[in-house]
Amino acid sequence: MNYKEHKSEPFWWGMFSQGGVIAALLIPIHIFLCGLAVPLGLIDPELLSYERITALLQNPLVKVYLCVLLIFPLYHAAHRIRFTLAEIGLHSLAKVLPVLCYGGALLGTAVVLYILWVLF
Amino acid sequence: MSDLRTIKITVLRYRPEEEDEPTEQTYEVEFRDDWVVLDALNHIKDHIDGTLSFRWSCRMGVCGSCGMMVNGEPKLTCAAMLRDYYPNEVRVEPLVNFPIVRDLVTDMTDFMDKLKAVKPWIIREEEKPVSEGEYLQTPDQLKDYKQFSQCINCMLCYAACPVYGLEHDFVGPAAIALGHRYNLDSRDEGNQQRQHIIASKEGIWECTYVGECSVVCPKHVDPAEAIQQTKVATTTNRLKSLVMPWGNKK
Ligand code: SF4
Ligand code: FES
Repeated sequence: MNYKEHKSEPFWWGMFSQGGVIAALLIPIHIFLCGLAVPLGLIDPELLSYERITALLQNPLVKVYLCVLLIFPLYHAAHRIRFTLAEIGLHSLAKVLPVLCYGGALLGTAVVLYILWVLF
Repeated sequence: MSDLRTIKITVLRYRPEEEDEPTEQTYEVEFRDDWVVLDALNHIKDHIDGTLSFRWSCRMGVCGSCGMMVNGEPKLTCAAMLRDYYPNEVRVEPLVNFPIVRDLVTDMTDFMDKLKAVKPWIIREEEKPVSEGEYLQTPDQLKDYKQFSQCINCMLCYAACPVYGLEHDFVGPAAIALGHRYNLDSRDEGNQQRQHIIASKEGIWECTYVGECSVVCPKHVDPAEAIQQTKVATTTNRLKSLVMPWGNKK
């Protein structure tokens, strides 16, 4: 067996692991705020109104925060989906799966950047 | 003796010169309270059926040669008490994920090759002459790798690992943990020589952190943790070498 150090994998794994931390720490807060607190009447829906949020988006720090929140977990998902699909039997696609999964995450990254910096 | 009980032991049999497919055979064994599964196998071999083949040596959880599937779980048979299974039957099979040579004996060539490939010995760029004395190590430096040095090469972790089951090229838990053990040793300078195998696609990156290896390990080596630590270290080093390409690689 000829082994070769895999040079790109640390990058994908690093994004996967950071994405996992962010998904576990930050996303529940947003699910709580938007998905539970507002419908349950715990916070005033006005606080999350379209006007207020779009105004907030003018602040570059908010954009950076949203980038981190939205982009890293995409790579977490991509990595998980890649390995899950390979392990449930799509082993023959082992070469294509990274392209599809990380490609999807890269596309998602572009969409997030486009929405945050071009549309707003 | 009054404390004798009888337990049914079903053993996977495979005699390649007689049969194409493995079969099974059930024995009834009278056992004492302090008997382990290996005692039952030895009893069968000595008194009931001398043709049964299996590996064992130390009978005390040190040699790592008696690993088998006991009721579907990878176990050291010298540490699996019969009384814990009684009154149910016990099913003994060779470790899964390895080819069967005969009965309960598996072919460990693949594991041996991988073990050798991680260079599990202390590598020095230059050996110092004997006259300069030993390589000293503090208790703290010993603590860094001690846990990972407890491996007895029993291969239970390979039988437990679903990734190895699917992907036989995977270097696997024990071999990576052992490479990690030497990488963590203050006397060792072989990190770079192990990197191409440990950080290969077939190495740490194949692992999806299922963690079953660490669950079944009889020596609490925690190979899953070794792999995780190596992933973090490799990723940080890679990042460092990208940000500071002039930096010392080590
Ligand atoms: S790591 Fe544990 S389970 Fe794996 S071979 Fe070593 S002692 Fe056995
Ligand atoms: S016989 Fe040596 S570990 Fe079981």
